[in-house]
Amino acid sequence: MEKDQDKILNDVTSGEYKYGFHSDIETERIQKGLSEDVVRIISAKKNEPEWLLEFRLKSYRHWLTMKMPSWPNLKIPQINYQEIIFYAAPVQRPALNSLDDIDPELKRTFDKLGIPLGEQKHLAGVAVDAVMDSVSVKTTFRETLAEMGIIFCSFSEAVREYPELVRRYMGTVVPYTDNFFASLNSAVFSDGSFCYIPKGVRCPMELSTYFRINAANTGQFERTLLVADEESYVSYLEGCTAPQRDENQLHAAIVEIIAEKNAEVKYSTVQNWYPGDKDGKGGIFNFVTKRGICKGENSRISWTQIETGSAITWKYPSCILRGDNSTGEFYSVAVTNNHQQADTGTKMIHIGKNTKSTIVSKGISAGKGQNSYRGLVKVLKNASNARNYSQCDSLLLGDKCGAHTFPYLEVDNQTAIVEHEATTSKIGEDQIFYCNQRGISTEDAIGLIVNGYAREVINKLPMEFAVEAQKLLQISLEGSVG
Amino acid sequence: MLVIKDLKASIGGKNILKGISLTVKPGEIHAIMGPNGSGKSTLAAVLAGRELGEVTGGTVTYYGKNLLEMAAEDRAKDGIFLGFQYPIEIPGVSMVNFMKTAVNEQRKYRGLEPLSASDFLKLMREKKEMVEIDSKLANRSVNEGFSGGEKKKNEIFQMAMLDPKLAILDETDSGLDIDALRIVANGVNKIKRPDNSFIVITHYQRLLDYIVPDVVHVLYDGRIVKTAGKELALELEEKGYDWIKKEVENSIMV
Repeated sequence: MEKDQDKILNDVTSGEYKYGFHSDIETERIQKGLSEDVVRIISAKKNEPEWLLEFRLKSYRHWLTMKMPSWPNLKIPQINYQEIIFYAAPVQRPALNSLDDIDPELKRTFDKLGIPLGEQKHLAGVAVDAVMDSVSVKTTFRETLAEMGIIFCSFSEAVREYPELVRRYMGTVVPYTDNFFASLNSAVFSDGSFCYIPKGVRCPMELSTYFRINAANTGQFERTLLVADEESYVSYLEGCTAPQRDENQLHAAIVEIIAEKNAEVKYSTVQNWYPGDKDGKGGIFNFVTKRGICKGENSRISWTQIETGSAITWKYPSCILRGDNSTGEFYSVAVTNNHQQADTGTKMIHIGKNTKSTIVSKGISAGKGQNSYRGLVKVLKNASNARNYSQCDSLLLGDKCGAHTFPYLEVDNQTAIVEHEATTSKIGEDQIFYCNQRGISTEDAIGLIVNGYAREVINKLPMEFAVEAQKLLQISLEGSVG
Repeated sequence: MLVIKDLKASIGGKNILKGISLTVKPGEIHAIMGPNGSGKSTLAAVLAGRELGEVTGGTVTYYGKNLLEMAAEDRAKDGIFLGFQYPIEIPGVSMVNFMKTAVNEQRKYRGLEPLSASDFLKLMREKKEMVEIDSKLANRSVNEGFSGGEKKKNEIFQMAMLDPKLAILDETDSGLDIDALRIVANGVNKIKRPDNSFIVITHYQRLLDYIVPDVVHVLYDGRIVKTAGKELALELEEKGYDWIKKEVENSIMV
């Protein structure tokens, strides 16, 4: 019985990566390696204004003084930055006026990924910005949104068309000096999404960015900047995949969110970068800095992430709760299978009065995966009546994986109430037998139990994506089912 | 339907079942009683396919099939239901989802189409009423945060949903107050038909006031040492198990 179960666990935890194909698209690349010249070339390719080039150079010079962080509970191989190509873009005709102008292969790629670039009916509730390698290839529903004053476009376009907005907000939440990978991104970022929701507007559809790495030996460095003005609301999603390659590829992104008074932002991620093969060869290094600031009173930022991909994940979507009565939330499911490693969690910084934060983190480890939760709850001196509730659960499948929890609490105000709960469980033989006895196979039982465990987080995702996430969890753990 | 011949099983090298023979016919209710540690739960586990230990001898035939060779889930799909002594919690998995998966797996095994959502909910409603289970229970996660009594009632509800040919109830009555006991027993009596059978494992006579067995067996030290009609249960209630133990020991002496 035990042997059988090991075999089944082994089978179900070695599902194949579905998005590992690569597309034959003519790609423009610059020379590999990183230097001031490379930074200048990237800026020139994008016809950037002087102030942005200055920002990049400042970031680059600062990056040179920094070292890679050594505190994460991760084994990261040496990364040779001179071997990475920092800019790659699918070659396109210059002006994209309609869908017909897009390279059919590019369109096929996104169709294959289930991301239609056409504004089709069944995805009518979602506007997509599709980013391949270093550039945004298409943003849908721009006109519809523009009628309401909502700006949703690629970062490069925003720099060209709304330079004041970009300049006012960029780097205010994640400064270029923030950390090693944030500085690197600030120097070489290529594209990403920009979104501005004007005062009093509820964005009527889900906005989403879909990131695809295609070219070999390249890094992807995108930036997302999302500004929700007073009394506005937006729900934003991002998804990501990459081809199956034997070498590791670096992805170092920045996401900044600004929520003004009474604004609410929901940011959801379904991260499915190529995780490497079952022996740990290849896969994406996902080193991402995501942070939002609840700037105004009663503002709210909610992060939801389903992390199933990447060889190594290093990411802590955080909230700075500056406005009084503001709320920050973090809901996460992180899966590590085979040789995947994840060190992920959040930071909740309570500055304003009556600020609230909720953290629900669910780690799932299988194979030889190592999964760490790392979270900081910081209550500053003037943050009276701050409240935090943290719940960190770990689920283990098999006996070769690991789960770790590193909670940090720094409380400087006596009136704060901070709660932390943590559990670690294994899928029990008795749970599986209980399912078996009701006629449910071991494989389906594991699928049921894992999805049940993650339900609290999956329920936070918008409907269409909840279904997607559920399937993804099954695929990344189950292989033969679904 | 079920023929057990000279069944022997051990756990961790220790012999627990030492040669059990038992025949259950359609429509019969068999009660298995006996003191703690006599092997009652091991017998239930072996029949349901939980391989805690090793079957070291004997045969079990279920409708002509070699039961011991069937996987646990196939036994379930083929109509064997085990009511657990300690039902297991599965957090986050709703009873609806759990039961829907189970019912449809069973249907698939029998070559039937899966039930539509509305047919399934209708079935659930019917069975909930039949076994008088609080309809809120069905909306919660499987056994999560259920009281002992609720868990047992939930077992009976699942039994009603899956409509087994052979139900084995492993000390379903333990830890129940008298009202819950009556609900559980009523559930069994409503599910009972001329073509299905029950093996009711219990410590006490009181359940058998409500579920009237055709045959009562006493299991002691891995063997069935006494088989008689329902009056045996009353005798046991009155005199305890000591006289049986003495009888067995005397017979060994002889």
